[in-house]
Amino acid sequence: MTLSKQERTRNFSIIAHIDHGKSTLADRLIQKTGLLTEREMSNQVLDNMDLERERGITIKLQAVRLVYKANDGEEYFFNLIDTPGHVDFTYEVSRSLAACEGALLIVDAAQGIEAQTMANVYLALENELEIIPIINKIDLPSANPEMVINEIEDIIGIEAQGAPLISAKEGINIEEVLETIVKKVPAPLNKDHLPLKALIFDSYYDQYRGVVASIRIKEGKINKGMKVKMMATNKVYEIDEVGVFANTLLPINELISGDVGYISASIKNVKDTRVGDTITEALNPTDEALPGYKKIIPMVYSGIYPADGSKYDDLREALDKLQLNDASLMFEPETSIALGFGFRCGFLGLLHMEIIQERLEREYNLDLVTTAPSVIYNVTKTNGEEIQVDNPANLPPTVEVSHMEEPIVNAHIMAPSQYVGVIMDLCQERRGEYITMNYIEDTRVVLEYDLPLNEIIYDFFDALKSRTKGYASFDYEVKEYRRSDLVKLDILLNGEMVDALSFIVHRSKAYNRGRSITEKLKEVIPRQMFEIPVQAIVGGKVIARETIRAMRKDVLAKCYGGDISRKRKLLEKQKEGKKRMRQVGNVEVPQEAFMAVLKLDDK
Amino acid sequence: MKDLSLYIHIPFCKQKCYYCDFLSFSNEEDTVSIYFDALNREINNTPNTKDEYLVKTIFIGGGTPTYVHFKYIIKVIETIKNNFSVDPEAEISIESNPGTCNIDSLYAYKNIGINRLSIGLQCWQNNLLKNIGRIHTHEEFVNSYINAKQVGFTNINIDLIFGLPNQSISHWMETLYEVCKLEPTHLSCYSLKLEEGTVLYKSNLSNQFTIDEELDRHMYYYSIEYLNNSGYYQYEISNFAKPNMECNHNLVYWELKPYIGLGLGAHSYFEGYRYSNEENIKQYIHKIQNGDTINTAKMLLSVEDMKAEFIFLGLRKIHGIYDKFYRRMFNSSFFDDYEKEINQLVKEDYIIITDGNLKLSKKGLDFANFVFMSFLND
Repeated sequence: MTLSKQERTRNFSIIAHIDHGKSTLADRLIQKTGLLTEREMSNQVLDNMDLERERGITIKLQAVRLVYKANDGEEYFFNLIDTPGHVDFTYEVSRSLAACEGALLIVDAAQGIEAQTMANVYLALENELEIIPIINKIDLPSANPEMVINEIEDIIGIEAQGAPLISAKEGINIEEVLETIVKKVPAPLNKDHLPLKALIFDSYYDQYRGVVASIRIKEGKINKGMKVKMMATNKVYEIDEVGVFANTLLPINELISGDVGYISASIKNVKDTRVGDTITEALNPTDEALPGYKKIIPMVYSGIYPADGSKYDDLREALDKLQLNDASLMFEPETSIALGFGFRCGFLGLLHMEIIQERLEREYNLDLVTTAPSVIYNVTKTNGEEIQVDNPANLPPTVEVSHMEEPIVNAHIMAPSQYVGVIMDLCQERRGEYITMNYIEDTRVVLEYDLPLNEIIYDFFDALKSRTKGYASFDYEVKEYRRSDLVKLDILLNGEMVDALSFIVHRSKAYNRGRSITEKLKEVIPRQMFEIPVQAIVGGKVIARETIRAMRKDVLAKCYGGDISRKRKLLEKQKEGKKRMRQVGNVEVPQEAFMAVLKLDDK
Repeated sequence: MKDLSLYIHIPFCKQKCYYCDFLSFSNEEDTVSIYFDALNREINNTPNTKDEYLVKTIFIGGGTPTYVHFKYIIKVIETIKNNFSVDPEAEISIESNPGTCNIDSLYAYKNIGINRLSIGLQCWQNNLLKNIGRIHTHEEFVNSYINAKQVGFTNINIDLIFGLPNQSISHWMETLYEVCKLEPTHLSCYSLKLEEGTVLYKSNLSNQFTIDEELDRHMYYYSIEYLNNSGYYQYEISNFAKPNMECNHNLVYWELKPYIGLGLGAHSYFEGYRYSNEENIKQYIHKIQNGDTINTAKMLLSVEDMKAEFIFLGLRKIHGIYDKFYRRMFNSSFFDDYEKEINQLVKEDYIIITDGNLKLSKKGLDFANFVFMSFLND
């Protein structure tokens, strides 16, 4: 008896906390299936960006097709769909999971389940995936597989006895994982006869093909030359190429229901192949798009300016290029009195923002000034008009503001129980509203809080990590907008307002923030020829003040035995430093001052 | 014949001072003899300039050149005289520290033609001297000074530093008072700068001793006034002299005139090139023994570079710079070449223009780097 293509296909993802060994296991699976030779494998096949590798996380998802000859003698196609491992990318994760029938849940045998893992498990359950627990790192001396198995059964409520006990790093029991996939991950159903219905779960821009979209065929078939329609945008394209993800893009004749693969259709922008959108045949469309599509809305906004004003066009070009591959990155031109011409950029979250900044600086060699991140506030004006403000500088004058609303997130924090106190203190400091707390075992708890997003976009995660010695994990999703007593805090340097330093803060926090930012600015702004008052102002009232004393001398006394080159170098360095300063009124402000607000220690 | 100056570097000290970041070593007595062999060989290997250049100044600096036996210094001067045309009237200076020379060595220096002695005192108070790693007292300094006078040195400089840790204005006033009583011909008064890598810098990483700029300026202004009243006129940011007793060698640096540096890490400006010697003493000796070149970082100055240097070095002099000399060198006027910069600096009262002359104002003296920076090419 021969099995059908669908019967021989398994589509799955791997769910794991950072560091629990997802990439290592993926590498092992690829190795064992023999699709790629050792030489072909780059260090970790699924993580293809340097930046990700350095951070040890996977940002852009990507799929790979493995060919596995199972113990039953049949040859199976495994489509392993990688998912990004961070809270900023929840939506993309959910769409990747929607392309699968099963998910391998990797849990560290020494550390157990983490909050972020839970978040993804819930996403997998929502998508009705079969969850297959796998206990990794059993080679560690501190491994306690029994405890972890019980934990999985208690918390998630799935059978975990008999879960493969493996060490991806040491290559222990990998065969067992492969056989488990064959046996436990459901095969997709044959729906070849229905009109085309394919889910886009990723896309990237390729120099030669245009946009390459990663898709899962839910119903029907797709082949070269077919005219297809993107159901969210109603745009129609003719397919140039269909194929699967071998170690490179491998063109094939057609993809049928149950398949995971890619299409290209001379599409110019990833925005036209939105993650979560449904592709159907233009001439024979399906009735209904797949559920779950959402237009991605950036949550965090910040101004990005070139340090050297003449690099504005370079920055625009770099952002354009990055956007080709990142539909969630948004930007539009903005100007600042202090910083000149730049862009207001929208990001999914803080990590996303950091990644974009680093890529701009590293890959495009740009020197940037970034303003403090902001969320979107809903502002109701006294005349009844409602506006959204993503840049504090655009907040109308106090007298014109009736009230404001800020975004609130629902957050889950998982940590060993001895840290409950410090976590509660932290959430309290960040205006958190306690919802509930659950013991998931004697020594571990999940705390649920509602937190204002603007309290967590600065350094919440860092603070959480440092106060719990790295043991806490954290996950959130946006819940709602709530009315809040918010004020705009302005900074004056030598009496002049610096628009790029303004931020919106809860009234109860304004005084402390004002004090710490003026102190920080005093530290980072070099002394100048005159005394500079640094003031923090709320509603026209000075709430904090520091003074940068005037410089009294700037002169090299000695001549260094005729070493004129050294003297010249010192002067050149000084001049270079001066050039990198921003002129605000008559005060020269170094770049790091604009980021100062990011690095305030709240304690 | 064109004028030439020579700088000779002697990188040995009995003990390194806590503020010093010059190229010098203590506990290297075993290297002295082999170093001088190399140095003499370097001098012998220097291309022949005898017919073209006349040596007008020689400066033997360090380190503490008087710390090594005077026979080495005599040999070096002899080697120089064999390889260069040295003006019989040339200014030949040697740096020394109290306690490192005696009547015999001073006679030896004098006899070989050294006619200017520079003594490092730094400050008068023995406790402050100890705090900065000096190994002498002011009594020993006076002793050295009297010896030098007795041997017949008439042109003597004393090096001083202000802005030292725990140095009060009274300490500084006492220093100037005591030093002026001895009537040296020349005084250098340097404002302390904490150089990276020095003992003082390292011991002050946590900033327990902050340099009080107000006090520093107070000391500086006091020096200018007091020394002026005592017959020393200020001719450079940190230098004071009795009339006609300026250090000609230093003026060479500030007036863009050629000099050849000989010895470890020494710097040269010759025929339009700036370059420096190997800074690693083992490598320096080794390379000379092997006949390899010891010159590094050789750079031909562009006309723009030279113009900038003419200005920012020249402005160190209190009298400043004269357009007629600039024109002679560059066939253009600095008022044209740097019109924008000069106008701005004049407007902000950093420099003063009078009749083809440009000099630092009082404010410009305090912020000289800012002024100099303006003339660097972007």
